Amino acid sequence: MSDVVMDQVVAIVTPFARNKEALQSVGPDSTFLQDLQVSSSRLVDIILAIEDKFGIEVDDTEADKINTIGAAVSLIKSKQTH
Amino acid sequence: MSTNIRRVVVTGIGAVAPNGHGIKEFERALRDGVSGIRFIPRLAELNFRCQVGGVPQGIPEVAPKYFSEDELLAMNEAMLYGCIASIDAWRDAGLEVPARDSQEVNWDSGCVLGSGLSGIDTVGGMLVPRIDAGKVRRMGSTMVEQTMSSSISAKLSGLLALGNQVTSNSSACNTGCEAIHDAFYHIRNGLAECMVAGGAESASPYIWGGFDAMRVLNDTSNEAPHKASRPMSASAAGFIPGAGGGALILESLERAEKRGAKIYAELISAVVNCGGHRLGGSMTAPNSVAVQRCIRGAIAAAGIKPADIDAINGHLTATMADPLEIRNWAAALECPPDKLPFVNSTKSMIGHCLGAAGALESVASILELKHGFLHGSINCEDVHPEIAAFSDRIVRKTVDRQVNILAKTSFGFGDVNGCLIFRRWQ
Repeated sequence: MSDVVMDQVVAIVTPFARNKEALQSVGPDSTFLQDLQVSSSRLVDIILAIEDKFGIEVDDTEADKINTIGAAVSLIKSKQTH
Repeated sequence: MSTNIRRVVVTGIGAVAPNGHGIKEFERALRDGVSGIRFIPRLAELNFRCQVGGVPQGIPEVAPKYFSEDELLAMNEAMLYGCIASIDAWRDAGLEVPARDSQEVNWDSGCVLGSGLSGIDTVGGMLVPRIDAGKVRRMGSTMVEQTMSSSISAKLSGLLALGNQVTSNSSACNTGCEAIHDAFYHIRNGLAECMVAGGAESASPYIWGGFDAMRVLNDTSNEAPHKASRPMSASAAGFIPGAGGGALILESLERAEKRGAKIYAELISAVVNCGGHRLGGSMTAPNSVAVQRCIRGAIAAAGIKPADIDAINGHLTATMADPLEIRNWAAALECPPDKLPFVNSTKSMIGHCLGAAGALESVASILELKHGFLHGSINCEDVHPEIAAFSDRIVRKTVDRQVNILAKTSFGFGDVNGCLIFRRWQ
């Protein structure tokens, strides 16, 4: 089932993903570092892009817990409902 | 010349120049006298006196052929120019660009890739504004790798899996020649078999502004960009800033022959020195004694006689220093004006590419040696009266001429000098 927020997160992550094949089968459980092979230093940039896209603020503690696409989607949705 | 020294040859070249990207396009532009100087609206908006410059064209369009989306997010202009020129040179040398996920390291290969002010566009456009606004957190992850002095060489080392010395030098406008000098000795001393050597500079108002403020740029030709860069001309009124990247693949002759590489030329000597801001030298003016020592030192190290030099690719920026440079050459070679080697200035077409200048002009010199021509030095139809006696030695229109030994010189702020001597490979 299509999830608009997830699609937007995938779009944000796409330029940073060095494993383009993994993007074809990306899902909530896809990990940024292992599956998508995003450089660990670039996680900071993904968080900034998420903040800009969704108009939210993500503190460093929350950012440290975002390891998967699904975790990012859950955090975004939780902040959007507040 | 001692017979047991390691000989160093050029097996690949790459150019990202204002008048052409790639050695075929660059050579054609040099032969045809194509100026890469254009009007730059941004400089007019910023109230620069000089509103023209040399900027490589079409690079953002070709960049995705060289770099991944992820890599491009962390590469500024100087990094693009330097790395594209280097990758082109690497491929030109018949070497393979390794896969990003390969596990092989080229332990015998390194690089010296310099710049005058690497990353200043990133510093001025992103780093300073965001920090001053209290938004350090908003800078993202790529500031350090784009602003550190070694940004270009550090990036290239990953692209080519270089495992030997990887560094970036800086010596103002002598940076390109110095990089080639340093890489030459690294190979000659037996520390590496192959080095990428060159320089890159971005087309940033933050670089060019300092020169505009000093009034050393030509502000009289904003309406005629192609006429603006006028080395050795009576109507020269300052240099024209340029940008780009140039790279040479230097290799030990032994390895080049072993792998059957094509050889463009031999680098038979390289000398750098400084005038110490004495004897007329200063931060901005050359000490002529030092310039002549540099040239004579390079000739001695090459084991040749002054008369063996067939052509000079000068520093020749189109400032008041041009006549002095010509006179220094004549003094160093102890020759009358009509015996001076033929001389030209690549800057007449590409402007002064600062940290990339010596590298791009070395690429031009090697193309001339390899293909038997000397490019015309455009815009000096009115030779400066102080060097009128040398008029016949200034190459003003491209000529087919097989030269065997060519000297490339660069000079820079800080009173620094560099002289490279290349010999045609036969």
